[in-house]
Amino acid sequence: MDVLNQLQRQYTDFTALLYREGFVDDNFTQVQKLQDESSPDFVVEVASLFFEDCEKLVNNMAEALEQQDVDFKQVDSHVHQLKGSSSSMGAARIKNVCIAFKTFCETQNRDGCLRCLQQVNHEHTQLKTNLQALFTLERQIVANGGSIPVMQ
Amino acid sequence: MFSGDMATAGEILRRSLTDEVGVSKGSVSGSEELHVLAVDDSFVDRKVIERLLKISSCKVTVVESGSRALQYLGLDGEKSSVGFNDLKINLIMTDYSMPGMTGYELLKKIKESSAFREIPVVIMSSENILTRIDRCLEEGAEEYILKPVKLSDVKRIKDVIMGGDGKQKKRRSVRKRGREDRNLFTITIVACTVILIDCV
Repeated sequence: MDVLNQLQRQYTDFTALLYREGFVDDNFTQVQKLQDESSPDFVVEVASLFFEDCEKLVNNMAEALEQQDVDFKQVDSHVHQLKGSSSSMGAARIKNVCIAFKTFCETQNRDGCLRCLQQVNHEHTQLKTNLQALFTLERQIVANGGSIPVMQ
Repeated sequence: MFSGDMATAGEILRRSLTDEVGVSKGSVSGSEELHVLAVDDSFVDRKVIERLLKISSCKVTVVESGSRALQYLGLDGEKSSVGFNDLKINLIMTDYSMPGMTGYELLKKIKESSAFREIPVVIMSSENILTRIDRCLEEGAEEYILKPVKLSDVKRIKDVIMGGDGKQKKRRSVRKRGREDRNLFTITIVACTVILIDCV
């Protein structure tokens, strides 16, 4: 019982931190609400899709930015896609980088774009690590016979 | 004397309760499941919209592009494996920004088709651009909703489409952006102003 309480407490604290630091926002909560007994791994599945998508888009952006003659419209279209999926996922920090990224695409600022790309990579890694930790906590709570605390 | 009446009253009460239960069971969500065709080029959004619709007790078919959607509906000029009669789509929800064919272009093609023009089409977009919204509504979109789509959006749309009596109704009464609403509002304001001026 003590272990379970500790885990649940850890989970609550960690989740609060993720929201406070802006790693995730309310849209992530919405995604969590879609998980239930009939779809118990929904959040993990969406997160996997998101990270895969993110990696693919980042590679596309990097390639486009490496060209002699950068096609900023192409880059912008990739950024737009990433902005969309990070918004749906509730990946707030990544979404915010995309907003800045779009501006650099519009002004055809290659250096600005490259900086944003770096930031996207950084945020991607951070979020992945954080969510993996969150999912691990969830598994541990369930393994100890408890239920995952619901955030309000 | 009374016992007979009371027994009858009890029977009537029991029957009406059963009827009520029967009505709610056999109504909209029970017998007629909404079949929704969702179109979106994003993996994440496809997964989310599919789940949103399934939670809302809808049958879902998800495709990743406008051309795939037309293929599914049999509107692409090619022979489709699914006949018109077998395909019963009650609602189409499409992303606006997609490579190749945009949601707007898909909307146009659907509204141009005699077989499918009556199917309500909802446009989803992350961008709140008034001219875009107007264009979609003018082309016949049922609604234009902002992404990320929430459960409450889906529930509201479903209620509008179902119309409350199990039959599909082409209703334009509830939506986030409505030209007719704006025109009606303007007319009302003008009318009230005229009346007020008259009174003075």
